[in-house]
Amino acid sequence: MTFRSIKSLLVKTFSVFSLLLATQAFAGENHTPAPAGAGVEATATTEAHGAKKEGDFNVTETILEHIKDDHSWHLWGHTSIHLPVILKTSKGFEVFSSEKLVDEHHEPAIYKGNFDYKLIEGKTKIVDANGNVDVEASKQLWDFSITKNVASLFVSVFILLVVLLSAAAAYKKTGVKSAPKGLQSFMEPIILFVRDEVAIPNIGAKKAGKYMPFLLTIFFLILINNFLGLIPFFPGGANVSGNIAFTMTLAVFVFIVVNVSANKSYWEHIFWMPGMHWSMKLFLAPIELIGVFTKPISLMIRLFANITAGHILVLSLICLIFIFKTVFASAIAVPFAVFIGMIELLVAFLQAFIFTMLAAMYIGMATEEHHHDAHGEAAHH
Amino acid sequence: MVVGSVAAIGAGLAAIGAGIGIGQIGKGAVEGIARQPEAANEIRSNMIVAAAFVEAVALFAVVVALLGNG
Repeated sequence: MTFRSIKSLLVKTFSVFSLLLATQAFAGENHTPAPAGAGVEATATTEAHGAKKEGDFNVTETILEHIKDDHSWHLWGHTSIHLPVILKTSKGFEVFSSEKLVDEHHEPAIYKGNFDYKLIEGKTKIVDANGNVDVEASKQLWDFSITKNVASLFVSVFILLVVLLSAAAAYKKTGVKSAPKGLQSFMEPIILFVRDEVAIPNIGAKKAGKYMPFLLTIFFLILINNFLGLIPFFPGGANVSGNIAFTMTLAVFVFIVVNVSANKSYWEHIFWMPGMHWSMKLFLAPIELIGVFTKPISLMIRLFANITAGHILVLSLICLIFIFKTVFASAIAVPFAVFIGMIELLVAFLQAFIFTMLAAMYIGMATEEHHHDAHGEAAHH
Repeated sequence: MVVGSVAAIGAGLAAIGAGIGIGQIGKGAVEGIARQPEAANEIRSNMIVAAAFVEAVALFAVVVALLGNG
């Protein structure tokens, strides 16, 4: 039963996103590495500018440039959206286009606002007249820029709002009892999947309803961002769920929800494990206390590492073309990249599922009722 | 061109560990399904979840290797 519902879900996600990926594969075959490759090509040329050496291609640098956050969002060729830079300094807020932070060769340039700003290793810093970083002034600098990840997050929030609100409106109109139709019938199995396979088995039918909004929110947020990250061109392409700050925020919320909803027996099991010898209790308390923190940290790193590794894998395969410096390498690289893309679809769903399930499991552990300690005692002896 | 070879060794070791781990999971799942074909669906979904856990540990190592490299 469990697997059948997973399977139907997977079939749905696959069918929708293989449509999207098909365009990627097509474009990739037409003129070697199109959308995903175009970015690589562009950066390859910019790097050639920087190094002043044609044919000098740094794979690690190119890949990391695509993985990390950026002030501009690449569209095609040499066209990209320059996102606004929002800075708060000791002289107040300041907003300007990120275009002004780079010169025509995509090298960092100095922008003269309230202070002189320059991008140093991707971070905006205040520099003095000689172009050296002003450490004291930079400490006052708060960067609230709409970066690529933030803009992508807006896109995903917009998609989620449209999809979920229209599904909710359909329920309002036709009621819960009638058969779902359209988008509603696409969303209903996913939501029921989260409820029946994730929330209820881990938290228990009685309390699951209380945590469903939280679980659904993290599930859909991770899922949509994972999927958008797989699309190599404009509306996607940002590495949001492969950004440690994003996953950390989610993990912090899980940490808060778990520990706020924790009951007495949860804390008792951490600080004074029942059914143990007192020396063992003393020994276990610090370990269990560390466990409270390592659980959300492992959630954070798991999502970050999985998504980032997937992106690196696809990019390295595309980079093979530039390493071998021949178009014919794409005969191997492109099908492989498509294949990995398919696996990444599975991973995108799986990671959203795993994150939600572990969050539900931690909540379940924290809210579990121990009616009497007798069973614990019996189990331990 | 032997650059960042230590990180590569680390990533390789992580791949060995994950390979052993996922192999064990697959072995267990196939044996379980052979013994109880009616529980195949449940076993398979649990297998996927367990494999994701093992894979995540390998990816932790890959991240560490990458950070060490950079």
